[in-house]
Amino acid sequence: MSNSGQIVAGLLAPHPPHLVYGESPPQNEPKAECGWENLRWGYERMRADIEALDYDVIVILSPHWQTYIGTHLLGVPQFKSLSVDPIFPDLFRFHYDLSVDTELAQAIHDEGARSGLVMKMMTNPDFRVDYGTIVSCHLTRPQWDRPIVALSSCRANSYYSTEVMQEQAMELGRATRRAIEASGKRAILLASNSLSHRHFTSSSDIPEDMSQEHVTNHNQYLWDMEMIRKMKAGRTREMIDVMPEFTDHTVSETDAGSFTWMLSALDFPSYPAEVYTYGTVIGTGNAVASWIPSKDMRP
Amino acid sequence: MSTTNNGFVKGLLVPGLPQPLLAPEQNAGWSELRRAFAAAREEIVACKPDLLLIYSVMWPSIIGHQIQSHPTPTWVHVDELFHELGSMPYQFRIDTEFSEGYRDAARDRGLTASCVAYHGFPIDTGSIVALKLLNPDNAIPASIVSSNIYADRAETAVLGKAAADALATQGKRAVAIVVSTLSNRLFTDFIEPEADRIHSQKDDEWNRKMLEFLAEGRLEDVAQLSRNIHEQVRVKKVVNFKPMWWLSAAMGAHNNYQGKVYAYEALYGTGGAVVSLNPVEQGVGDKEFDEDDVDFWQGDRSVLNTEESTTSSMRLSPGPNEPEGKPS
Ligand SMILES: [Fe+2]
Repeated sequence: MSNSGQIVAGLLAPHPPHLVYGESPPQNEPKAECGWENLRWGYERMRADIEALDYDVIVILSPHWQTYIGTHLLGVPQFKSLSVDPIFPDLFRFHYDLSVDTELAQAIHDEGARSGLVMKMMTNPDFRVDYGTIVSCHLTRPQWDRPIVALSSCRANSYYSTEVMQEQAMELGRATRRAIEASGKRAILLASNSLSHRHFTSSSDIPEDMSQEHVTNHNQYLWDMEMIRKMKAGRTREMIDVMPEFTDHTVSETDAGSFTWMLSALDFPSYPAEVYTYGTVIGTGNAVASWIPSKDMRP
Repeated sequence: MSTTNNGFVKGLLVPGLPQPLLAPEQNAGWSELRRAFAAAREEIVACKPDLLLIYSVMWPSIIGHQIQSHPTPTWVHVDELFHELGSMPYQFRIDTEFSEGYRDAARDRGLTASCVAYHGFPIDTGSIVALKLLNPDNAIPASIVSSNIYADRAETAVLGKAAADALATQGKRAVAIVVSTLSNRLFTDFIEPEADRIHSQKDDEWNRKMLEFLAEGRLEDVAQLSRNIHEQVRVKKVVNFKPMWWLSAAMGAHNNYQGKVYAYEALYGTGGAVVSLNPVEQGVGDKEFDEDDVDFWQGDRSVLNTEESTTSSMRLSPGPNEPEGKPS
């Protein structure tokens, strides 16, 4: 491309609100004593890694903005409101104040539409930004000093199949890459999803009681480890190939398309991911990882 | 005068998509649904209930069952898909005492249940549409219960029975309102409002069969068909089509109702219907029902761990000295 825009990192950045609760930042009303340290410290290591990358914008696809008709993008420059997690309102009531790079959002919208995808700009100023976007962005950049571009999750997995969802997500990834390159901006991409996603259906009296935390079952754990092995080996195309089985067997949040979209935007890295941590939150499996093209030292 | 069943004077089925509230003028069918909401509202007003109890399939929960208990939840809501249709400012009047009683009754039947009373808690589009159109002046206090994504029939039926328990304890008369479409397949591209229709003939035929039964008051017959309905005309977002299980367990699992279908129209491809069910002494009679009648929830049964489990909730069958169907 003639312009020097580029994706400087792709991150697997899951959004359990428990991690924000564990950190107890001033924006979040509930306060914790501690909790989920291995995951939070993994995020710290990730933040240190991307600090030097000098990026202009965070582009995120969240499973918790669910659109059954196409992919939508935030199209209002500023959002300020209260986000209350619908499942864990006791843990996450977060006052957010964020800015949107509407120019890049529009460019991704246009590129996606040119590729035949159904795309829609969200221009209602009363809209509440989904908590997945807020949690992943906060854990990636707690300073909130970078604009974001937020994409919704088109639910093609429910309406058709994982295969159809992936075809759309990969097209969206390519459109995202083209739009970023043409923008001249340096972007990091966040795939905001857990791996295995079978939750506990009851909670302990003390949310941060880590003696209660474990993966829901062993087969979910085995699948998570298989995916992480592929990540560490740089076998991202194989991940796409097994995604239908993985998503089905572990009721994974990869059904949102965020992971597939991010890997496609990076053109399926064949260099190893940096896996900062793996841990569980109410039984779901979560990894924090990065693919940073400039760290690809292969000849 | 209406008869009550389990404390319920009436049951309603209404769709939760926002078009009848925000854009009825854009499509004749949407405005027909809007008129049907108004007719159902008149039925509600006439029977003078103490409470409107909403079960919304558009409010998914994970940690058991959540019940709205903030006395005056207030917000400006925007639908995550149809945001272009506009904002939905609301302030509702919630019967906190009932919501807490429902939570306790659910726990007494072995369920995990909790109240939510947080400012800004996201009330789902379907509950907002139902309350704004059926109870615009907040004349009647309401309560809203979630639909757990993992719950299947037994758990859902027990949740329905717990609602009746709570009404009995508090001596209240309620209208049960189920927020759900029939077939739920939306178009996957944006359409012009005038081009709206039921997504497929198959969806339409199933919807009409459900409505034929409901018009005859055959609530439990529809509930017994839920697994087929899920298989045939529901996009598989959750484990099963549950609202009729909840409604029949709450109001009484039989066919002794008088049904009225106020409207059946397409809502962006889905089947939207407004239906009322009034308990009567005699209906079409009960059929031979295949599904069990469950009174207590004993937890998920682990089919993988066949060895003796460490928690009582994992047992495959009741303990030796324990009567079938009772909580430990
Ligand atoms: Fe999530």
